[in-house]
Amino acid sequence: MNRPSRIRIGRPLAWACLILAVLISLFPLYWMLRTAITPGRELAGDNAGLLPRHPTLLNFERVLGLTTREEARAAGGSGADLDFFRYLRNSILYTGLVTAVQTLLCAMAGYAFARLRFPGRDLLFGMFVAALMVPPIFTLLPNFVLVKELGWLDTVPGLVAPGLLMTPFAVFFLRQFFLGVPRDVEQAALIDGAGKGLIFWRVVLPMSRGPLLTLALTTAVWTWNDYLWPLLVAPGEETRVLTAALGIFLKQSPNTAPDWTGLMAGSVLSIIPVLLLVVFFGRRLVDSIQFSGMKG
Amino acid sequence: MLLRQGEPAAPPVAGPAHRLKAGTRGDGRLAAAFLAPALIGFGLFYLYPALRGAWYSMTDWNLLSRPRFVGLDNYARLLHDPLFWNALKVTAGYVVLNLGIQLLAGLGLAALLHRLTRSLVLRSLLVVPWLVPNVTTGLLWMWLLDADLGFVNHLLTGAGLPAQGFLTSPDLALPSVAVITSWSGTGYTALLLYAGMLLVPRHVYEAAALDGSGEIRTFFRVTLPLMRPILAFVLVVSLIDSFQLFDAVAVTTKGGPVNATRVIYHYIYEQAFTHFKMGYASALALSLVLVLGVLTFVQMRLLRASTSDLA
Repeated sequence: MNRPSRIRIGRPLAWACLILAVLISLFPLYWMLRTAITPGRELAGDNAGLLPRHPTLLNFERVLGLTTREEARAAGGSGADLDFFRYLRNSILYTGLVTAVQTLLCAMAGYAFARLRFPGRDLLFGMFVAALMVPPIFTLLPNFVLVKELGWLDTVPGLVAPGLLMTPFAVFFLRQFFLGVPRDVEQAALIDGAGKGLIFWRVVLPMSRGPLLTLALTTAVWTWNDYLWPLLVAPGEETRVLTAALGIFLKQSPNTAPDWTGLMAGSVLSIIPVLLLVVFFGRRLVDSIQFSGMKG
Repeated sequence: MLLRQGEPAAPPVAGPAHRLKAGTRGDGRLAAAFLAPALIGFGLFYLYPALRGAWYSMTDWNLLSRPRFVGLDNYARLLHDPLFWNALKVTAGYVVLNLGIQLLAGLGLAALLHRLTRSLVLRSLLVVPWLVPNVTTGLLWMWLLDADLGFVNHLLTGAGLPAQGFLTSPDLALPSVAVITSWSGTGYTALLLYAGMLLVPRHVYEAAALDGSGEIRTFFRVTLPLMRPILAFVLVVSLIDSFQLFDAVAVTTKGGPVNATRVIYHYIYEQAFTHFKMGYASALALSLVLVLGVLTFVQMRLLRASTSDLA
C-alpha cells in the first residue's frame, strides 16, 4: 500500500500521446485549408510554412466558377468549367431528400414490423435481414442497368432511387427500437379509441425523436459521402454531386502536376457540412457511436 | 448480421416480438399502407437486382448487345483468373494492415481517453476524420503524400531521409492506402472501444489497485480480457468493412501501380465499367457475397463465443 510515490512521468506522457493523436487527426485538415489559400503559381516554392506567403481566396473563387476561364488558367487551373455552387446544392438536395424521405418511410415500415399483425410478417422481415448481408456492389451493377433502362441517367430520380424509399438497415434499426418501447402508452391511447395509425403519428413518432435523429444523422453522413453511385448514374454537370465532382476534377487535372490548390479548395467545401455537424450534433454523434460500442 | 462501419447498433429489444394480445384483430390494411413504400423500394432496388445479378453472372454481356447465356463459364474463368486471385490477395493484405493499425491505435487511444479525460470536445475532434467524405480523404492524402511537394516528404527530407513515392511505389502503395483509411477510421474505432471500457465497473479497478497492480498490468490483465465482446464486435465489423474498400483506392492509386492496390471491389468495378464485362463482374460480385457470407457466419459464431465475463 505505502509504495514510495514515484515521480509521475506517466501522466504527462499519456497526455502528450493523446494530444499527438488529436494533432494527427486535425493537421491534415488544416493543411487542406492552408493549400487552398495558397496561390497556385507559388505552391511549388511555398509548400512548407504553416501559412502561405500570400494568402488568397482566388482558388475558392475559381472552383465556385466566379472567375473567367482566363483568370482560372492564370491561377493554375486547367480551364475546365467548375461550378462547386451547383455541386454543393446538388449534394444538399441529394442528402436532404434521401435522409428525410427514407427516415420517415422506414419508421412506418419499422413500426409495422414491430407492432402490427399481418400475414407474412416474419417472412418479409427475414428477407430484409437477409438483405443486410449483401454487399452493396452486388445490387449496384443491376441497379445501374435498371436506372439506365428507365432513362434516368443524369436525373434526380436516378440519383435518389435506390435509397429514397428504404434501406434494410434503417427498417431493421427502427423496428428494434420500436420493439423496445413500452407498450403502456400505446395501450392507453388504444383504450381511448385511437386507431393504431393515429397512435403512430401522434404518440410513437414524437416519442422517438432521439433514435430517429440518430438514424437520420447516420444516413445523412453516408449519403453525403456516397461516391460510386452518384459518379456512375449522375456524372453530368446538372446533377453532379460534390464527391463525384471532386473525382471528376481530379481526372481533368493533369497527371503530372495536379491542380492541388483548386482540389484542396473543393475539398474544403466538401467538409464544411461535416464540421457544422460536429459543432451542432457533436454530442449525439459521439453518443451514437459509443452506443454501438456498448451494445457490441 | 452484417454491420458496416458507422452503423449504430440497433437498440436492445425489451420484450419478445410476438406478444400479441389475444383477440387483437389483424392490422392488414394499415400494415399494407405503412409497408407499401418500403416494399416497393425493396422489390425494385434489392430483390429484383439481386435476381438480375445472379442471372447476369451466367451470361456474357457488354451492356450493349443482348446478354448471352453461358452457364457457369464465368465462374470457371474466375477460378483461373490470376487477377482475381491477385485481387483477393491484395484485399487480404489490406485487411490485415488496416485492422492491425486501427485496432492497435484505436485501443491505445481508447485507453488514454479512459484514463485521462471525459472531454466530449476531445472525442468529437478525434471522430472528425471519420466524417470527412472518402473522396476528400483520398485527395487530401494524395497531396500530403505527393512525391515532390507533399508535406510528408517535406518532413522526411527535413530529417535527412530520402523522399518516397508513397502511392507510386509497388511496395509502399498498399500500406499507404491502409494508413490513409486508418487515419479516417481510427478515431471512430477508438470511440467504440472506449465505450466498451466504460462498461468495466469501477470496483474491478479498485480491487486491482488494492492488489498493487500497476497501470499497464491492470490494462492487460483486467481491462483487455473484460473487453472481449466489444473487441470481437469491432474486429468483425471492420473486417467486413475493409473487404469493401473502394473509394480511397479509386481516388489515389486506381488499383496501381501494376495491380498492387487492385482490391476486389475495384477489380469488379473495373470489369464492369471499364471493360464492360457485366457478366463476369456479376460473377465476381456474387463470389464476394459468398466470401462475406462465410465471414458473417464466422462472425456470429465468434460473437456468441465471446459473451462477456461481466454478465
